[in-house]
Amino acid sequence: MSIDTKKAFGARDLSDREFFYGHKACAGCGGSVAVRLALKVLGERTFTVVPAGCMSAVGFIFPQLAFTSNAIISTFAGTASMLSGVSAAIRALGIKDAHAVGFAGDGATADIGIQALSGAIDRRDKIIYICYDNEAYMNTGVQKSGLTPLGARTTTTPATGGGSAARKKDMFEIVAAHGIDYAATASVGYVQDYINKVNKARTIEGTSYIHVLAPCPTGWGTEPDESIEIAKEAVDCGLWYLAEFENSDYRLNRKPKEFAPLEPFLKRQGRYRHLSASDIETIARYRDEKWRRIRRWDSQLNQDTHQDAPLASS
Amino acid sequence: MSESARVFVSGNEAVALGVRLARPHVVAAYPITPQTVVVERLSDMVADGSLKTEYLHVESEHSALSACMGASVLGARTFTATSSQGLLYMAECLHYASGGRMPIVMMNANRSLALPWNIYNDQRDSLSLLDSGWLQVYVEDAQEALDMIIQGYAIAENPAVMTPIMVNLDGFVLTHTYELVDVPTAQSVDRFLPPYQTTNKLDLGAPKNMGFTATPADYTEFKYQQHRALLDSARVIEQTDEAYASAFGRSYGGLVQSYQAEDAELILVTLGSVNGTARVVVDGLRAEGRKVGLVRLRFLRPFPARELVALTRHARAVGVLEKNVSMGYEGTVFTHVNSAYSAETSAPHVLNFVAGLGGRDISRQDIISMFDQLASVDPTSERVRFVNLKLQII
Amino acid sequence: MNQPKPQPFTRPTRLDDFPVGTCFSAGHLVETNASWRSATPKIDLERCTGCQLCYLLCPEGVIFKLKDSVGIDYDFCKGCGICARHCKAKAIQMIREGVR
Repeated sequence: MSIDTKKAFGARDLSDREFFYGHKACAGCGGSVAVRLALKVLGERTFTVVPAGCMSAVGFIFPQLAFTSNAIISTFAGTASMLSGVSAAIRALGIKDAHAVGFAGDGATADIGIQALSGAIDRRDKIIYICYDNEAYMNTGVQKSGLTPLGARTTTTPATGGGSAARKKDMFEIVAAHGIDYAATASVGYVQDYINKVNKARTIEGTSYIHVLAPCPTGWGTEPDESIEIAKEAVDCGLWYLAEFENSDYRLNRKPKEFAPLEPFLKRQGRYRHLSASDIETIARYRDEKWRRIRRWDSQLNQDTHQDAPLASS
Repeated sequence: MSESARVFVSGNEAVALGVRLARPHVVAAYPITPQTVVVERLSDMVADGSLKTEYLHVESEHSALSACMGASVLGARTFTATSSQGLLYMAECLHYASGGRMPIVMMNANRSLALPWNIYNDQRDSLSLLDSGWLQVYVEDAQEALDMIIQGYAIAENPAVMTPIMVNLDGFVLTHTYELVDVPTAQSVDRFLPPYQTTNKLDLGAPKNMGFTATPADYTEFKYQQHRALLDSARVIEQTDEAYASAFGRSYGGLVQSYQAEDAELILVTLGSVNGTARVVVDGLRAEGRKVGLVRLRFLRPFPARELVALTRHARAVGVLEKNVSMGYEGTVFTHVNSAYSAETSAPHVLNFVAGLGGRDISRQDIISMFDQLASVDPTSERVRFVNLKLQII
Repeated sequence: MNQPKPQPFTRPTRLDDFPVGTCFSAGHLVETNASWRSATPKIDLERCTGCQLCYLLCPEGVIFKLKDSVGIDYDFCKGCGICARHCKAKAIQMIREGVR
């Protein structure tokens, strides 16, 4: 099947097969949406690497094995390095038209696995690395990771202490600083954009990194049916952004003229319920600071204006 | 017998030559003293086109073994090399590779462990990982290093084994010493070592899920199965040694190698390169009419308990010489040797000689002294003895 | 429907029956997830426009495409309600389990 990456890649273009099925993820799991859709874009000639974490814990309990294509659990720190080995073997063994894709959570990516990821990007190994970011160590019971945002309550940054004091590493800029072949941010709230980016990644002769915001109802304190909506709101209120990095250029896929209000977005989530008005102001200040930087690289590098990515949900 | 070339190379270079002959699909390694020459020579071979492999210059030892695992599970033959701190840094992956039954071959340059920092030879690095489920062989010279890389693949990839193997060379003593080494032809190695074939892999034609979780309902059986494979590897190791002997004319005796042990009253059990010095000592003492001998444990996993007991049946005393101590108890090899005797109705006196830590020289005189101590051993004396301990300091 | 089905499975009784290492058939299911559900999505085929948004958003992949509508594999639906929440045609209702 040849795919024109310029056109939106929609539900009808996805493989009809389900490659992640019968897993034990919590109802409404955003990470499951990210894994399922990416595998449907990539198709059956795919080798999947998933580190210790939610997706391995819910998908690989012998004899209930939820990946219907080839998949393996890596060590927690070893998503990218195992992918590098898979990719090297694909070349060495002459396996044609195959993808090596990894799905690692925020902790496995930004904390324990960042070194191996950095090495893989440095070597330009042909891998697709997808970080499904649910903003804490959810599998072990919601502990703070390097991608837990400011103010968020976790079991190691309790509300009594004001939640997380750290501001969330920007993995997109970190991988872009390597001069990576392709990087993108995405959100399961904008699935069409996410699918397009995975589809783009499959054509890249080098390392691709996609960072997809994937809400966790259990850790975020939301209802299972809210996951997609909340992931969209995160983008709309400016706490997350949709961008790409390719050929050393940044590109902002969605340029909000004004942000949706922060407070309703934060307060509908249990993890932010303790925030005071001034806490929310602080979060807004950091958001604005970040956007000044984002707009700087976007405007410097892209004088032309581009269209927002087509949006599928709501 | 095939035409072979005789070259003057270091132990590290002999390993690299062995790796080239084994034709790995993927090599992933990270440099660490005293293993570096292996990764450098392999890089040269890739650059000059004499080694066709995907060479991954990884950013850590953890990634080196993790990448080998990723390639191995697609059915690729893989190689990595490390030492000391690097071996410990990849420790998690050691258990992972063996539990996943990935037949990876790894060279380890035996080196001390920090702290204090020290780059010289002892064997505390690999001995601390005996429980990681890998086969462990300790070679005595550069020739054996080359031969065991090639044999290593044959053993590890045997369907009855499917277990990774660590080929241990004493750091500097072997890795950096130049010796004459017979290098077999590529053709003859290709005949001895066919390409790796397995159904135990991720396969586009028959998709698999690997590296899964087993609950308490199954975990024990997976581990028992792995244990059985390591026990069964003893037979495969011996058969491989015999097949190698008929192909290349060199045999190492399988799990153990003995020297003048048949009628020996006093036997020293050794590991690795120190056996060369010990053999010279035995020759000298034999010339004086003393009944001394050696048993070199080539493999520590599987542990050759039966072979050791058989070879030391007539000995009055046995000394275990190891460059290692498990602090707070005794030498780990010593513990293993005693365990082997525990099932016997009669056993020799066994002494533990802890020597060569952090690269301290083990001289001929030291080894003569060990035999002297074995000759005068009595049941009340201290069993664990540090050789050359500077008592004036203590 | 492309969804995999649970297979009958007999636990290994001999050591040789265990997979070597940790390698087993991909997508091997032995049990369903239906018992997780406290509410069940019901599709009103009259209203369904076949836009397939629910198919796209379902975390479980239990929604499958039909000619002009969609169907649900209730063996594996956990009842999260994402499909109903995002259905523009309001063709999916979540019905409490045990409520008639």
